[in-house]
Amino acid sequence: MNVSVAGVRLKNPLVAVSGCFGFGREYDEYFDISLLGGVCVKGLNVRGREGNPPPRIAEAPGGCLNSIGLQNPGVEAFLRDELPFLRSKDVAVIANIFGGTAEEYAEAAALIGNAADMLEVNISCPNLKAGGVNFANDPRAAAEVTEAVKKAAKIPVCVKLSPNVTDIKTIALACRDAGADALSLINTLLGMRIDTETRRPVLRMNTGGLSGSAVFPVAVRCVWQAAAATGLPVIGMGGVSGGADVVEMMMAGASAVGIGTVLFQDPAAPVRILRELREWCAAHAVSNVSELTGSVQNY
Amino acid sequence: MTGVLLSTALLAEGVVDWRVQAALDKPAPGRFAHLAVPGFSLRRPISLCGYEDGVARLVFAVRGRGTAALADLRPGEEIELLGALGNGYDEAFSGKTLLVGGGVGLPPLLYYAKRHPETHTIAGCRTSGQVVLVNEFPSADLCTDDGSAGFRGFPHQLLEARLSAGERVDRVLACGPPPLLRAVADVCGRYGIPCFVSMEERMGCGVGACLVCACAAGGRYRRVCKDGPVFDAAEVSWEEVPV
Repeated sequence: MNVSVAGVRLKNPLVAVSGCFGFGREYDEYFDISLLGGVCVKGLNVRGREGNPPPRIAEAPGGCLNSIGLQNPGVEAFLRDELPFLRSKDVAVIANIFGGTAEEYAEAAALIGNAADMLEVNISCPNLKAGGVNFANDPRAAAEVTEAVKKAAKIPVCVKLSPNVTDIKTIALACRDAGADALSLINTLLGMRIDTETRRPVLRMNTGGLSGSAVFPVAVRCVWQAAAATGLPVIGMGGVSGGADVVEMMMAGASAVGIGTVLFQDPAAPVRILRELREWCAAHAVSNVSELTGSVQNY
Repeated sequence: MTGVLLSTALLAEGVVDWRVQAALDKPAPGRFAHLAVPGFSLRRPISLCGYEDGVARLVFAVRGRGTAALADLRPGEEIELLGALGNGYDEAFSGKTLLVGGGVGLPPLLYYAKRHPETHTIAGCRTSGQVVLVNEFPSADLCTDDGSAGFRGFPHQLLEARLSAGERVDRVLACGPPPLLRAVADVCGRYGIPCFVSMEERMGCGVGACLVCACAAGGRYRRVCKDGPVFDAAEVSWEEVPV
């Protein structure tokens, strides 16, 4: 079942996605998280962040909207208080980082050093030096962050792309050309719900990110486009809820696959998904799961 | 885990009373079960109203489509649930406790009162037709917003009347809508009485990982599902609590 993403070996393709999984402790009460190939931790910045006022979540057909606001304790608290637990587990640790400027991203990457196995760079953040436009929406800004992180990083760098763009291939290529070792996608799709009785948005921040099975076809399409355009290894994520979804995401071009919102329905979902993946591989005489990557036969 | 819905009843319009067979882990007053809703993505947290011989009592109000879908379930159907979750009320306290609750905040207080029958409760409901559970408390004063049953007024007003008359109370446990909790916390603050409130917030994972159910308490956002739902009222930043 083992796969490799930019030189980082995962004993199976399943990765807990950033944000849904905290730092792993809570879910370890529901299943041994060493069962996973990797854990991508809650997004970190240098100073930490309080996050957005509640309500932070809204029901949606086939998923939910969230606007947590990147609440996190900061890189140093992560290294001190959370990483030792993850390191006691047989699982690759991917540190998700964000910032308001390229320098802040680089600072976070430098602080992490080689304490994690890989960096995942969340570029779906407002660029404070460019009027708040997301880094992920501008190829130059995306490249600037990628380059800054690559310079500071001691471990492979995976850039996490947003689907809220006109052409994801352009952004993916800009990140590759700036030195990204891998890509992960998709981040959430921007959405909104309104309580029709109160005429108020359900979320306190008005809008939020859609995740869950509703976004799965969008994620497959984005992974397919980004993987084919760049040739980079891809961690595919977005609405994966079963073993067949993992297979589909890999066929689209993913080397590893993220598990996120499905955890809200079933905290032990990775156990089932891994079993279903094994069963699918056995039934289809696939002995090495990595042979699925990019194996779609396009029209 | 999978539970089985044993019985359902309607206590008042839109207030559902369930018995669910489920092997809950450490059930206690103030803790909750996180229920999967058929056809919906997010679970719904419901405070325990009681737990005996492997059967949980869950009393909840139909507030939206999710709770309406739950209310449509029939006896014999299976329910997927997690729990019990969260930090409940401290039951080791030896002083004199007073319970103050309103509407669908009453279920966890009833659970507490039945386990500590010496405890008195001030229970508020909107109107006589919405009075639920009150007659099951070992000792309770009832008030309604419109005076159609019991005292006319709000629970915090009854609380203040008792305190101003010199009644000794060592702590207050409260559950109910945020404006009531805030008012109870305010009264307790003025009389110097420790007060613990059970908070409610839209929830994601329910296990403490996703940071969705934020409550501003102690100068930072804390998790209603894991750090709460019971918080020290003096730590809650009430102006930040959604109403």
